[in-house]
Amino acid sequence: MQRQTYLFPLFGYVFRLNILKLPGVQVTNSKMQFMLLFSRQGKLRLQKWYVPLSDKERKKISRDLVQTILARKPKMCSFLEWRDLKIVYKRYASLYFCCAVEDQDNELITLEIIHRYVELLDKYFCSVCELDIIFNFEKAYFILDEFLLGGEAQETSKKNVLKAIEQADLLQEEAEAPRSVLEEIGLT
Amino acid sequence: MPAVSKGDGMRGLAVFISDIRNCKSKEAEIKRINKELANIRSKFKGDKALDGYSKKKYVCKLLFIFLLGHDIDFGHMEAVNLLSSNKYTEKQIGYLFISVLVNSNSELIRLINNAIKNDLSSRNPTFMCLALHCIANVGSREMAEAFASEIPRILVAGDTMDSVKQSAALCLLRLYKTSPDLVLMGEWTSRVVHLLNDQHMGVVTAAISLITCLSQKNPDEFKTCVSLAVSRLSRIVSSASTDLQDYTYYFVPAPWLSCKLLRLLQCYPPPEDGAVKGRLVECLETILNKAQEPPKSKKVQHSNAKNAILFEAISLIIHYDSEPNLLVRACNQLGQFLQHRETNLRYLALESMCTLASSEFSHEAVKTHIETVINALKTERDVSVRQRAADLLYAMCDRSNAKQIVAEMLSYLETADYSIREEMVLKVAILAEKYAVDYSWYVDTILNLIRIAGDYVSEEVWYRVIQIVINRDDVQGYAAKTVFEALQAPACHENMVKVGGYILGEFGNLIAGDPRSSPLVQFNLLHSKFHLCSVPTRALLLSAYIKFINLFPETKATIQEVLRCDSQIRNSDVELQQRAVEYLKLSSIASTDVLATVLEEMPPFPERESSILAKLKKKKGPGTVSVTDLEDSKREGGELNGGGERGPDTAAMASSNASTPSPSADLLGIRSAAPVGAAPASAGSLLVDVFSEAGPAAPSAAVNDDGFLSSAPPSEDPAPPLPEADELLNKFVCKNNGVLFENQLLQIGIKSEYRQNLGRMYLFYGNKTSVQFASFTTTPQLNVQTKPVEPLVEGGAQIQQVLNIECLTDFSDAPLLNIKFRYGGALQNLTLKLPVTINKFFQPTEMTSHDFFQRWKQLSQPQQEAQKIFKANHGMDTEVLKAKLLGLGSALLDDVDPNPENYVCAGVIQTKGQQVGCLLRLEPNSQAQMYRLTLRCSKDSVSKRLCELLAEQF
Repeated sequence: MQRQTYLFPLFGYVFRLNILKLPGVQVTNSKMQFMLLFSRQGKLRLQKWYVPLSDKERKKISRDLVQTILARKPKMCSFLEWRDLKIVYKRYASLYFCCAVEDQDNELITLEIIHRYVELLDKYFCSVCELDIIFNFEKAYFILDEFLLGGEAQETSKKNVLKAIEQADLLQEEAEAPRSVLEEIGLT
Repeated sequence: MPAVSKGDGMRGLAVFISDIRNCKSKEAEIKRINKELANIRSKFKGDKALDGYSKKKYVCKLLFIFLLGHDIDFGHMEAVNLLSSNKYTEKQIGYLFISVLVNSNSELIRLINNAIKNDLSSRNPTFMCLALHCIANVGSREMAEAFASEIPRILVAGDTMDSVKQSAALCLLRLYKTSPDLVLMGEWTSRVVHLLNDQHMGVVTAAISLITCLSQKNPDEFKTCVSLAVSRLSRIVSSASTDLQDYTYYFVPAPWLSCKLLRLLQCYPPPEDGAVKGRLVECLETILNKAQEPPKSKKVQHSNAKNAILFEAISLIIHYDSEPNLLVRACNQLGQFLQHRETNLRYLALESMCTLASSEFSHEAVKTHIETVINALKTERDVSVRQRAADLLYAMCDRSNAKQIVAEMLSYLETADYSIREEMVLKVAILAEKYAVDYSWYVDTILNLIRIAGDYVSEEVWYRVIQIVINRDDVQGYAAKTVFEALQAPACHENMVKVGGYILGEFGNLIAGDPRSSPLVQFNLLHSKFHLCSVPTRALLLSAYIKFINLFPETKATIQEVLRCDSQIRNSDVELQQRAVEYLKLSSIASTDVLATVLEEMPPFPERESSILAKLKKKKGPGTVSVTDLEDSKREGGELNGGGERGPDTAAMASSNASTPSPSADLLGIRSAAPVGAAPASAGSLLVDVFSEAGPAAPSAAVNDDGFLSSAPPSEDPAPPLPEADELLNKFVCKNNGVLFENQLLQIGIKSEYRQNLGRMYLFYGNKTSVQFASFTTTPQLNVQTKPVEPLVEGGAQIQQVLNIECLTDFSDAPLLNIKFRYGGALQNLTLKLPVTINKFFQPTEMTSHDFFQRWKQLSQPQQEAQKIFKANHGMDTEVLKAKLLGLGSALLDDVDPNPENYVCAGVIQTKGQQVGCLLRLEPNSQAQMYRLTLRCSKDSVSKRLCELLAEQF
């Protein structure tokens, strides 16, 4: 009886592993999906979503991801594959900053996006702490919007971002000056 | 309260936040929030009109409550009202609330759009920015409808402030992603591309994200961005670290922009213009050089930014896959990172090397790091890093190191994290089979796999080991012995019992001579596991028992006893009961002859692909390469996981078994599709499972013969081969994988492998547009009839096709591949040469210097030699030359030629009809930048063809 030899592996396995990625046939799309700030206790301090997701999905993602990251040990690598996303995170004092980017994205530059944002917060709040972000969450959002828009870097110069925010603050103070006195008395 | 509360004086908000923080319990917090919500609601509903400030404050409180995770169902209207305030801060809070809370509530969107429209036309840059931020944050379809035509104008207008341009660019990007059909760049295209030249770095940074996205979809229209990007990159890379002022980040000039520029270039093939390409290569070299310089700062930010650019540059080098020198340098750089003290760098180096391993030029260089990678697998403390190490080992595996890598992976499997075990098992199984030189090693490996990680061994894996054992005489005895030994372990995995039952049932006779594994011992061993197994395994064991009765008549009484007992013959499971009854009956009434026929040894499994084989007749005389089959491999992937659907097959088999007294005839009928006749009863449902891998494919071959081709839509004649077809072909002489062809619509990637005179080629057709290709057909022009690929290729999708190739005799013309499809209305028709060249069928031959020159002299007839002297077209780098010669497929022999500068290679070209011995000698003359290439082969046409092919490579 003639016996056949197997020349090639069962490609079924290979499809399951999805390793048939060709160099050059990849999609080079890059985009940040969301950014989360949370405390060591797992409390969300800031969330910015750059992809449309329902409220329920957002809650589930944040819950799962916060758990995953808090379970990691300090010296571990700052990157991890999570579902089909790449997570880049870093801890600053009591706060974790965490970005989800697409598979093809550059991890190190994302890590420095986080750092630049921390620098911006630090400069604006004169050495920022978690409380600043809690009490001035709207500022944290404004700064983020000046720096990143739609998940892409809009302005990477620290000076330019802060200049934009300070200009806005000036407009605000002009408008608010008589108000804040009134409010001191009133129960609002 | 924090000391800093800049600019703003929303005291009520601060008090509220403090209150929430002081809540001792979740209940208290909810109570406080409900109180606040009631308060705000009454304010909003109250008769007294609220002033802007109060509105802002309450909206802000609502936002805070929402961000705590509570639902907010009112206040949207008040937020929208804030948008039309002329006070910046009120507007700002209004926009913030909307970007966080509004999804696409259509009623509100109209109001919001109105406010945005007003702000966009206000000519106040801060207001404009706020409005643009809001569009970018919400990015709904309604917004795209309202603003997609307006924003490009703002983006390119001469009088727009830089900050507004930045926001406009990213805003447009967001709209393009939600509704590409609404964003039409048309007339703006060239002005948008020229933003790359803008003086303001911030504008360039923002614009490049937009340009990159648009280029991916319309590469041709944006082609001019390549040279602009290269010159911008070149200026940044060569600038001193202080030139760019605030865009320098920890002594690294414009890292974000650099990464984005490199990423943009990855949307395109290498620049055609020599000057641009030279400049780019220079940039890449500078980036690689900088990695070797001492750091300008000890801060991690400095090295991160620098390395971010480096990794992006390496991605580009890998994407081009055409600069061997840069590929090898990249590999060496990553090699250094493999041992870096920063975990992050080790992780990234492992990840990046994985892609380098697939390039023909750097595969060998990657392999030199094997020990480091194995060490990483063993010692890294972070599972995500270990996972990368395992991936890399898999990617760098080839015949030379397969045994070592498989052994390491197996030993890692014993302690591997549960999350990655299944994947590891598959990888080991693939490598073991792909690189098996002797099949006893393969059997050992798979049995080890089952022993170590039985739970994670999926059905495909153990089906496969059985297929291979059945099909290979030389390994059957060994397999029987090994599996018998493995089964003696007190606790062995059920998958082991399955493999054991099957193999002993087929080949137990091969070890029955040894009294330690006599038939009864074998049976008792199997039966001792029976009660611990699940129903499908028991069914399989019952089939093994009936096979035993045929193999070893002396076990008949014992086995009949077992079948007869109530727990079998009255088993509550129908399948088991039926088998017991039928097998018992079969063993008692059938004559030995009938038994022997029914229970004959399994015929070999047909090669999966061969079952779909449409036998293709050759019309051209003593032809070249025959493409023997063509199949859509997507289908193949789908079938494998369809094990569950096979239930009915099992039932059909069992019932027909019962109803007919002549089981063998009946069994033949069940799977008429299976090319190899009978499916003996022995294996039961599991047999069918293994079998059906070939089963479903067979009918498609029949469909094929019915003349699918006659309905194939485009009927025009295939186009003549492209003028550059030969050049494209030449790129593949020394490599097997890469991009064969690319234009603005279509990209064709190739992966191929060859063994002896056979080859398999995977073609990947990628639709680069966002529009569907209709009537897509691909026809290898080898006078063959083939099944069309999927006729529709969706925008952005990729389809695959597999060609099996057999080399019948030597040849010099590459087979043609014709591709036709409709894009929009137009029929696209192009013909390429398939990169199948005679050297693909090389088998390397190692020989000593003595042997080499002896054979060299034997091949001394003038027509057996072909020689060419030619100028070097590429650099004469030793490593690169070696990589190319290895890629050629023959063995590169060291210490043969007395002149160490020369290269000699030896190999045998395998065709179906004959083997052609080939010897090659390449003598570089680096001063003259010339080569002399000499080939001597036992067949003169081969010498000539190889010489032609190779002269283009160096």
